[in-house]
Amino acid sequence: MKLPGVSEFSWRDVATEARLLLIGIPVFLWTMIPIYHMFLFAISPKDDAFSGKLWPDHPTLHNFTIVFKQQHYFLRDFYIQFWNSTVIAVSVGVLTLVIATCAAFAISRLKVPGGRTVLNLALFTYFIPAAFLAVPMYRTMGNYGLLNNHWSLILAMVTIASPYAIWVLKQASDKLPVELDEAAVMDGATTLQIFRLVYLPLMMPSLVAIGTYAVLLAWNEYLYAFLLLSNDREITLPVALGNFLAADDSPWELLMTTGFIYALPPAAVYYAFRRYMVGGLTAGAVKS
Amino acid sequence: MAITLSGDQALPGPPLSSRLTPAQVWGIVLLAPYLLVFLAFVVYPVCYGLWLARAPENYVALYHDPIFARAAINTLIFLVVGINIKMLIALFLSGFFAVQRPWIKWLSVIFILPWAVPSIPTILSVRFMLNPEWGVINHLIFSFTGDDGPNWLNDPTVALSMAIGVHIWKSLPFWTLILITGRLAISHDLFEAAEVDGASWWQKFRYITWPSMQTLYVTCTLLSMIWTLGDFNSVYLLTGGGPADLTHVLATLGIRYLRLDQLSLAMASIVCAMPFVLPLVYFMMKRLSR
Repeated sequence: MKLPGVSEFSWRDVATEARLLLIGIPVFLWTMIPIYHMFLFAISPKDDAFSGKLWPDHPTLHNFTIVFKQQHYFLRDFYIQFWNSTVIAVSVGVLTLVIATCAAFAISRLKVPGGRTVLNLALFTYFIPAAFLAVPMYRTMGNYGLLNNHWSLILAMVTIASPYAIWVLKQASDKLPVELDEAAVMDGATTLQIFRLVYLPLMMPSLVAIGTYAVLLAWNEYLYAFLLLSNDREITLPVALGNFLAADDSPWELLMTTGFIYALPPAAVYYAFRRYMVGGLTAGAVKS
Repeated sequence: MAITLSGDQALPGPPLSSRLTPAQVWGIVLLAPYLLVFLAFVVYPVCYGLWLARAPENYVALYHDPIFARAAINTLIFLVVGINIKMLIALFLSGFFAVQRPWIKWLSVIFILPWAVPSIPTILSVRFMLNPEWGVINHLIFSFTGDDGPNWLNDPTVALSMAIGVHIWKSLPFWTLILITGRLAISHDLFEAAEVDGASWWQKFRYITWPSMQTLYVTCTLLSMIWTLGDFNSVYLLTGGGPADLTHVLATLGIRYLRLDQLSLAMASIVCAMPFVLPLVYFMMKRLSR
């Protein structure tokens, strides 16, 4: 028997640990290298960045100063682009939540006729490859007169986020006992009161997961943003980053610094809500 | 609306509103926003796109465009090679991450990063690492061997492999996470019993883990195929389809035609993928809506 605090030395354990490290170290390097490389560029003066060093001789925050003061041709509209990204991501999160929660409530709790069909239609959208839908969507937004308008990107992202949101929320709704609704009806609650006072509070964890999912999806989106928005003051940060590439002598250290700043919010949001996300999202992605 | 009772006798049914309970009326109202979005941004675009791509000339033009043939082959390589490597690594790593150790728990938190951070800065970071003159990889090769490293993105085969690598880097965490969930659902008693019987790790995998995870693994692979078909970023941000348009996949090719203002060709190239996509979609919907 092992006593707590007393570790027995055994070659077998060492060998197991060594084998695990043999997997763990490459996994760590594989995951971190592109991210570290981005960070390295962000804290390097231009010369160090291009010399292939693994740590700069003179680490500096100068690149961040340039970005935050918008002191480069490519960064003229940094704040407005950051703001565009934020407004679009938050709008997509809110709209997706409203649309998907209503739909999931109707399908799962109200057993609306045709609900099953709507769910299947939503699943069908979920399975259309994103880049394939982008082609006709681009033209359609033109027909609706929404190109270069933030609404085009917001509506496109809501269209893409909703199917999965409805699917996950419907799964979560089905797990709530019917007795709750029945008891509320006995007490004379109207449908809307059940929705507001019984359903929404119980669904909170799933709603947080879905809201985060939609916000991150919109924040990180490149393809649709790049197709639907083009004016420098209308575009989101990822499109601005893509535009850096158009120049022959792209300021890579500034590109990486801006990229690093752009990547921070989603990473922070993800880690803040990780508990909800992992449970809620993986459960919905593939029902096992 | 009429309810037919028998043969020629048709009675007018009661009006819709009286056959629906108030709850169901609310249900329809609450469902309406999604239906509107679906009609406006899925049904209409798809129908309109199909209508644009209807002319047979489009398909003839695609057939004669060498870039299309190359993109179709690249897509196939991307799917067959990329997804299988990715899913096998994910299956392997799901076993690694299921081991209970504090440092493995920490590693799993870090391991999620590629999935959590946006594609564009990280893929551009890889792109710079592969730069033949300034990239860190060729710097390292030079400092070890004294020779110049290869021009990674100039050879279409190498460039496509790198794009597959980027795709794996980005999406491996998600699939590993799903497969961990599947692994943790297997009853622990089975492994303990196998342990008592002196089973090797391979026997445990072969007779316990794999049979319980097989269905999940196949489903994940299929879903991953659909999503990989729609992966525009890995190729576009790393190679831009180049060199000489030889690394396009269908996702980037469609957008390339779109940028060249050839919308019907863009749609037609996507329609060509439909015979492969639709069976997958059908199968996935059947699996999920059981």
